[in-house]
Amino acid sequence: MSTPTYNVIGTRPIRHDGADKVTGRALYGADLQLARLVHGAILRSPHAHARILRIDTSKAEALPGVFAVVTAADFPPAPADKIVDFGEGDTLLSSLRGNILASGKVLYSGHAVAAVAAVNAHVAAEAAALIDVEYEVLPCVLTAPAAMAPGAPILHDHLPNGNIAETVRYEMGDLAAGFAQASLIVERELDTATVHQGYIEPQNATAFWSTDGRIQIWCSTQGSFVARDATAAVLDLPVSHVKVTPMEIGGGFGGKINVYLEPVAALLSKKAGRPVKLVMSRRDVFTGTGPTPGSRVRVKIGVNPEGKITAAQAWLAYEAGAYPGAMVVPGAMTVFACYDIENILIEGYDVVVNKPSTAAYRAPGAPNSALATETVLDEIAEKLGLDPLTLRLRNAAHEGTRRADGPRYKRIGCVEVLEAMQASPHYNAPLPGPHCGRGVAIGFWFNVGLPSSATLSVNADGTVNLIEGSTDIGGSRASLAMQAAEVLGLRAEDIHPTVVDTDSVGYTGVTGGSRTTFSTGLAVHDAAQLVIAQMKARAARLWAVDHVDFANGVFSANGNSLSFAELAAQLGATGGPVSCSATVNPKGVGGSFAGLITDLHVDPETGKTTVLRVTSVQDAGKAIHPAYVEGQMQGGTAQGLGWALNEEYFMDADGDMRNGSYLDYRMPTALDLPMIETIIVEVPNPGHPFGVRGVGEANIVPPLPSVANALYRATGKRLNRVPMNPATILGL
Amino acid sequence: MKAFDYAAPASLPEAVGLLASQPAARLLAGGTDLLVQLRSGRKQADVVIDVKKIPELNEITLAPDHSLTIGAAVPCYRLTDHPAIRTHYPALAEVASWIGGTPIQGRASLGGNLCNSAPSADSIPLLIALSASAHLIGPAGRRSVPVEAFCTAPGRNQLAPGELLVAIHIPAPAPHSGAAYLRFIPRNEMDIAVVGAGASLTLANGLIAAARLALSSVAPTPLFVPAAGESLIGQAPTPAALEAAAQLAQAAASPISDMRGSAAYRRHLCAVMARRALELALARAQESK
Amino acid sequence: MSAKVQVQTTINNEPVEFLCEPRQSLLECLRDIVGLTGAKEGCGDGNCGSCTVRLGDRIVTSCLVLGVEAAGQSITTVEGLAHGNTLHPLQKAFLENAALQCGICTPGFLIAADALLQKHPQPTEEQTRFWLANNLCRCTGYDKIIRAVQAAAHEINANSGAAQ
Ligand SMILES: Cc1cc2nc3c(=O)[nH]c(=O)nc-3n(C[C@H](O)[C@H](O)[C@H](O)COP(=O)(O)OP(=O)(O)OC[C@H]3O[C@@H](n4cnc5c(N)ncnc54)[C@H](O)[C@@H]3O)c2cc1C
Ligand code: FES
Ligand code: FES
Repeated sequence: MSTPTYNVIGTRPIRHDGADKVTGRALYGADLQLARLVHGAILRSPHAHARILRIDTSKAEALPGVFAVVTAADFPPAPADKIVDFGEGDTLLSSLRGNILASGKVLYSGHAVAAVAAVNAHVAAEAAALIDVEYEVLPCVLTAPAAMAPGAPILHDHLPNGNIAETVRYEMGDLAAGFAQASLIVERELDTATVHQGYIEPQNATAFWSTDGRIQIWCSTQGSFVARDATAAVLDLPVSHVKVTPMEIGGGFGGKINVYLEPVAALLSKKAGRPVKLVMSRRDVFTGTGPTPGSRVRVKIGVNPEGKITAAQAWLAYEAGAYPGAMVVPGAMTVFACYDIENILIEGYDVVVNKPSTAAYRAPGAPNSALATETVLDEIAEKLGLDPLTLRLRNAAHEGTRRADGPRYKRIGCVEVLEAMQASPHYNAPLPGPHCGRGVAIGFWFNVGLPSSATLSVNADGTVNLIEGSTDIGGSRASLAMQAAEVLGLRAEDIHPTVVDTDSVGYTGVTGGSRTTFSTGLAVHDAAQLVIAQMKARAARLWAVDHVDFANGVFSANGNSLSFAELAAQLGATGGPVSCSATVNPKGVGGSFAGLITDLHVDPETGKTTVLRVTSVQDAGKAIHPAYVEGQMQGGTAQGLGWALNEEYFMDADGDMRNGSYLDYRMPTALDLPMIETIIVEVPNPGHPFGVRGVGEANIVPPLPSVANALYRATGKRLNRVPMNPATILGL
Repeated sequence: MKAFDYAAPASLPEAVGLLASQPAARLLAGGTDLLVQLRSGRKQADVVIDVKKIPELNEITLAPDHSLTIGAAVPCYRLTDHPAIRTHYPALAEVASWIGGTPIQGRASLGGNLCNSAPSADSIPLLIALSASAHLIGPAGRRSVPVEAFCTAPGRNQLAPGELLVAIHIPAPAPHSGAAYLRFIPRNEMDIAVVGAGASLTLANGLIAAARLALSSVAPTPLFVPAAGESLIGQAPTPAALEAAAQLAQAAASPISDMRGSAAYRRHLCAVMARRALELALARAQESK
Repeated sequence: MSAKVQVQTTINNEPVEFLCEPRQSLLECLRDIVGLTGAKEGCGDGNCGSCTVRLGDRIVTSCLVLGVEAAGQSITTVEGLAHGNTLHPLQKAFLENAALQCGICTPGFLIAADALLQKHPQPTEEQTRFWLANNLCRCTGYDKIIRAVQAAAHEINANSGAAQ
């Protein structure tokens, strides 16, 4: 198959929203100002587990400057067992509401209990502090293994199986027979701590409940339609009564899909009769939004003398936090997803604990499980005397490989990623000196499909307006405009993309799951095809021909030809403007593989790790805007390195987070990282017209094991806990 | 944050008068501790008195004998950028460049670092090693307190009601002396010391004539360990002697476990950081004239 | 509630007066009173740098400055970096090098980097990383930001060289 050549795809134009973002004009949620706007504050539980006996809001209500106080009692009544689904799976409405404002019990320290709207944020905070809540403190449980143990404090009475909310099991082949064929079996158990996405912009929402019962919301969200649907469900309103305008968003990484503030701002606005703005503090973000689960994962792998895996077994327990829904299912689906293995058994447990209800974080669940698999493979490679990439190549998944959770891969780039790592200058360079180590690891992540919509309107001067509903976290306006430009034979700058509110475009799923460039890109591609078809029809009418060709931006037939712009100028005269929409719901989409080579140095006296050099390799299918593909790879790598080395929720025995600030949560600063080298591999995705694979997530999977393996090479120690911080490295 | 009034006195007497008349006043230098504490509710104030308009608090005076007086409100960047301080007090220039990042150093002062009296304060072990003293003024007049005696508990110090810090004074360094402060942090910047060690060392005729050592983050206050310094006096500056002094520092520490490190890890680091600080101080003493 | 205070400043080269409570941070004053929302609040305690502005001749985290302290001082925010419609070389370099993803950290980085280039016209990678360590970015891994700062330094130096 010959590789297609592109005019726009693969180039690096300046992003369309760039000028606004470097001049401070771009409006993020907290930047919104409205007439008569008042400001909110949220009262949060100081206890990790307690019964709410009584809430007295009278003193807060009496404070001058206070407009409204709300608690869970202000939610409209709803049946206890009502189920809602916003495209991310079933959730109990009571859980959704319970996390937004606690009722009956608080389940984590930081759990929202009540909210206030007042003339300014200072008065709102003072008022919130005046709300009197009487608690009966209950014993708390903070880790999955402890919550699964007999006699553990129980969070939810309705769960049939104690704190185990869900179990997942995938089985393939004959495990016992597979292990019987093995000449070497390695088994390891590794824990990871709860970590946060760490987006720099705190959650915020402004709502106005107007007298006609309609609600307008402006917020920072990865999915304006999810925010709309969830708010409507929580407030028991028709969906059409809620309009969500997504503001510019300051990072999300999966953490800005769930709603926390939107319904609360709406309830406050209803009482106050004014628009209400709620903005979280950094501590609120750490303690009141969804981090990603801490976990315990055990992996056992058997190989024959050639290094072919004969059997693999995994046991996973993930902390869901306060409500069911840990990322154990994707953790289980991905634990062996990089390898072609016949005999597999995977068991996973979703366990509720007294920590914030968890949320997605870039390839959610996969880094936790890959850590165990990839470190076990490193140990096997060492024991067999094999190069660790060679061992992986001998087992790499390929087209036709069946994953334990069912599907068979179409064309994938696992082998190509491994080969690119092996051939890289980095992998072939010597290490700089003593106490240094090099580690490698690979990882897999899906591309979620989900619906997306887009509308293209052709202007008379040949430029095109693109209307879409995917919030732009990292340059997606550019990558979508480029796909439209490619189909239309235009330049990227001829397309003007706008992200609009939920009333102004068809349903579009979240910006997440590595799906925006892929799925919304598909919608843009299809809408652009419709534009071309309509424009051909106009040209056919002009020239009185049956068939018109279109190539490189030029319509032609029988010696006639018109450029896109020339024909656009004639649309008015040939039947009016052309505007086309497409909504897609792609199925069976491909996934992306990524790898990381890490060189690091460990100070043997202090245990401090210095990352010396990293190379991130990822299959992008086709890189639409290579600079933003590199950016995703670099960002995911940086987050993964922080997770591997220092980041964690440091909880005391009572479940209080002791490091809920950037000072003590210790995300990497510019001084903690080297340049992040990237190698983009392109194995086109057969499910996308340009071969695109989403690249947002797989890159965070390899860093944990890549660091763990490098640390082993530097220190001779195999650590069983992430973060592998200096004290852990020294065992102190 | 609770509402408060703001005052910015332009002279010391005015500041002392205001402070004496306002029991719930708080002094503001760079605000990098105070404003964080007011916002989080850890501290309250009815009035915030900004000391940055007081000329004496903004002066850096390097005497001909190289003794140094640093006004209490002088922001860190002025120490880092000061050519003579970089020459004569390299350790001080360094520590000033480590407190927070660039925008913090535009505001944060050594006076604030000292008066905030955190066990982890980076400048205090070095000031102790340099035999610095705190010059105070209050309703009863002026007095001077050695820095090692200044802090009394986490966040508490010798300042009497109505008293404020005017300046930090460092006596002239002896010939052939050097000083150093090193801290251990998991990141490379923007972190609070898990353990820090400040050391000074003076050589005479190839032997150690004077030495002082202090630690941060291992006790309720920055910890002066006189025994460590004394053990070195009269000794040749050998690795074994430095190691023995570092062991004494470790023995004096009483660290706790918290989110920044376990007690065991901190204890381990005491010896490492103390030895490294002594080594660097020695190297500087050997280079100095 | 304590009395509000009238504050006279120069912001982005224009005289600006505003009325604030003493407890309001400079960041709050800029955003909520003056209406300049370019500086962002990411943490409120000095650790993320997204609120970085120039105050007098130094950069500060404006969340840790009281609005009243700005009286008589000049302030530069990201809104004041471009010359009319001409982007500052740093702004241009950030766009050309794809040094922003979500862009929330960008205003702080631009102001901090501008101060860096005034002090060190051609900073090393190490100097750049040290100077910018008070500015957190969670999206980019810093690589493209460092490159953008170096590219801008080159451009500024080339232009000033050409002008001589
Ligand atoms: C992001 C960040 C990073 C930091 N990193 C570090 C670090 O690495 N190392 C470190 O040690 N610290 C660090 N700090 C803490 C802080 O910056 C330092 O302690 C700084 O030196 C405080 O100085 P300041 O001028 O800002 O003090 P302020 O906050 O103005 O004052 C501190 C205290 O001293 C009192 N005070 C101020 N001036 C006087 C005076 N003249 N007389 C009497 N009392 C007075 C105040 O009332 C207050 O209680 C950091 C802070 C932040 C926000
Ligand atoms: S908001 Fe000021 S430093 Fe984060
Ligand atoms: S670009 Fe998003 S935080 Fe820097």
